[in-house]
Amino acid sequence: MSDNMNDMDQIQLFNDQGRLLNAGLPDEEKALFCDAAPQVDAPYRGIWEKFLNWARSESLWILGFGTGCGAIELRPLMTSRYDMYQYGVQPRPTPRQAGLFIIGGYASVKTMKRIVRSYEQMQGPKFVLGLGSCTVNGGMYWDSYNTINRLDHYIPVDVYIAGCMPRPEALLAGINELKKLIKEGKGENANKYAENFEWYKRNQKKIIKDWNMPDYNW
Amino acid sequence: MTEFNELSRQFQISDLKEQRADLHFFHASKEHAVAVLTSLKEKYGYTHLVFFTVVDHLEKNEFHLTYMLHNYEKHHDMGVVVKIARENVQMESIHHLWPAAATYQQEIREMYGVEFPGSPGLYENFALEGWEDIPPMRRDFDTKEYSDKTYYPRPGRESHDPREYMKENLYPGEAETW
Repeated sequence: MSDNMNDMDQIQLFNDQGRLLNAGLPDEEKALFCDAAPQVDAPYRGIWEKFLNWARSESLWILGFGTGCGAIELRPLMTSRYDMYQYGVQPRPTPRQAGLFIIGGYASVKTMKRIVRSYEQMQGPKFVLGLGSCTVNGGMYWDSYNTINRLDHYIPVDVYIAGCMPRPEALLAGINELKKLIKEGKGENANKYAENFEWYKRNQKKIIKDWNMPDYNW
Repeated sequence: MTEFNELSRQFQISDLKEQRADLHFFHASKEHAVAVLTSLKEKYGYTHLVFFTVVDHLEKNEFHLTYMLHNYEKHHDMGVVVKIARENVQMESIHHLWPAAATYQQEIREMYGVEFPGSPGLYENFALEGWEDIPPMRRDFDTKEYSDKTYYPRPGRESHDPREYMKENLYPGEAETW
């Protein structure tokens, strides 16, 4: 563990003014991207926040990005048999419109780069559902050189659904569990990401060696 | 087989092996391999490169490059195996015979570290991005060790011997009589 810590300390994220370095970008592109780290967006209080949470939980829009084999489970979920629209869930084509990111199974380092980028582009409050064993502990790819073991070291995860593969019923159960969490006011992982930004970013940079994108892309 | 006999007069090739009636393998020396492939393509009708791959024989300290060619007229496959030593491993490129071979060579360079001087796009990323360790498909690369030190393995659950566990927790009074 101490080796890891040394590795991580070497990764410098901020300059003297507390702005992001964006060291991976070429100089001419640095001005195009923001260099501010994410900030905590404190929830409202009382009945207004409860109302908002109800609205959020009843309109979960999925980012249509199938990151692994688990994405195949989203197709039956959409069609008439399981019909996720009855739960207020529907797929969206871009991260800007989506509030729920379903990580479908194994995430290779190459995909992880795109996952991080898409996750950061989603607007808060945003939620992540880890689908399948691979997101929990690496699953059958636990000793692979190229797939991550624990998704929650790179982006915050709200609900895990274990199984290889979980069936669409399990996915619906996970979505309902997520709704319950949001209604209880526990869907604050976008803020958790902002609070622990440095830790997440160091973990991400430790595995994504060719970091050629902004440090935080919103 | 006629192709092999004719080629063996000209080139260093050996060990013809009939796998099936429509599939033969033989070994070719590193120096003559590309010439043999050229003859097979131009003279004997093996115009299709089916695949090109590498097998790592760590015990023999060798890589076996395997070129698989197909003849459409005779419906016959021919595998040309080239043994090369594992140190500073380099091979002639065949992208001038089949342009698609450049992609195979790009992948082999990334996964096994075999160099093909002159092959287009050889150093572009294929499947990995920013890989810094030794090539991952080499057999002396310890994938478990790499995974453990890189990807935060989740500690496993605690497990118990069922008999001992039941003795201690469920039937403590009767444990003596078991």
